[in-house]
Amino acid sequence: MKKTKLYISLSLIALTGLLLVAADHIDSPGVSNTGNDITDVYAFQGADTNNLVFVVNSAGLLTPGTTGAATFKENVLTEINIDNNGDNVEDLVIQAIKRGNKMFFFGPVAPGTPGISSTIKTANAAGSVEISQYGSPAIISTSGGMKFFAGPRDDPFFFDLGRFQAILGGTASGFNNPGTDTFAGTNVLSTVVEVPKSMLGTSTSINVWAETKQKQ
Amino acid sequence: MKINSIKFLTLSILAVTTFVSCNNDDTVTAEEQTDFSGTYVQKDQMARPAINTVFIASGAPKDAFNTTTPSAMGANYQSVFQSRLLALNPGYTTNALGQTAAAFTSLLATDVLGVSKTGTTTFFDGTNVLTGRALADDVIDVELLLIFGGPTGGSNPNLTSDHVNANDKPFLPAFPYLAAAW
Repeated sequence: MKKTKLYISLSLIALTGLLLVAADHIDSPGVSNTGNDITDVYAFQGADTNNLVFVVNSAGLLTPGTTGAATFKENVLTEINIDNNGDNVEDLVIQAIKRGNKMFFFGPVAPGTPGISSTIKTANAAGSVEISQYGSPAIISTSGGMKFFAGPRDDPFFFDLGRFQAILGGTASGFNNPGTDTFAGTNVLSTVVEVPKSMLGTSTSINVWAETKQKQ
Repeated sequence: MKINSIKFLTLSILAVTTFVSCNNDDTVTAEEQTDFSGTYVQKDQMARPAINTVFIASGAPKDAFNTTTPSAMGANYQSVFQSRLLALNPGYTTNALGQTAAAFTSLLATDVLGVSKTGTTTFFDGTNVLTGRALADDVIDVELLLIFGGPTGGSNPNLTSDHVNANDKPFLPAFPYLAAAW
């Protein structure tokens, strides 16, 4: 009885359009196909434990056939937001934007104004890196203790999304074992930056989120 | 024609070389030469994996969530998240972290990723909870367990793991850490 109720609930959710589409791989109408759609955000300690690494991925579910043509957009600013006093308002931002064949980075620096509108902190240029091409080795640059990368990578996300959709749709009662990774063999466009922890304030922990912002 | 072209090209190269030479002590950077002007307005926002996609209905509500700043999310979305949680799992009481539906969705509705600056960074590794998100973290199993697993993690065993436990390519030990594209 309990199970039946659960499946009925899940079916209703599916009918009302609440389908899980990956970590965030196929987002909402406002961001699809605009270069704004973030698929995943990662934040972890670097191989050098004095550093943190931030990864922002976009353009999900690229196949080997479509990856070569996928490009970052010059009107889309990627912003890594860092709150270091627990109020969920950004105290520092790291900005990344494409110009020509390079990705330019700014910060970490206090934003002009926190919130939904940003200007690029041109007085706080951190460095730049040539955007790596599909099928070529990764191009990395370093500047001021920071490291930069931008280009296509294997999507690090893994999930049996297909089976989960079947569960939500009421056509499956649970996951398979082993499951099937819906994201196997697919790529994303990655922006990766490694930053000394000392540049991120003095708190012992931070709150992090990523945003894409489009030029008006 | 061909010789003339070569001569012209040579002259051009000489001209460029001379020009560059004259600017050896010029410290103008690419940043200053490139146009970064204008105002950029938020289109997408993300921190914890899959949260927005699980708990916010597609279409206009998702666009609204994506353009909400995290400091305003809790007040605007906690009740929405709680309704979704109880629709997904009508039998929800508490989860393996001991959180009630209200406490769990209050945490989730503010979509930020807590990251430790002093130690292990992981979504969940059996000891540390929400101290970051590493590439190899099985974040989906953590979320399924917290949504469906009940107070002991033992409820709904067919829904608490997707049994995909690792990426399809090994990660790199050094920057940029992510594997090369397929």
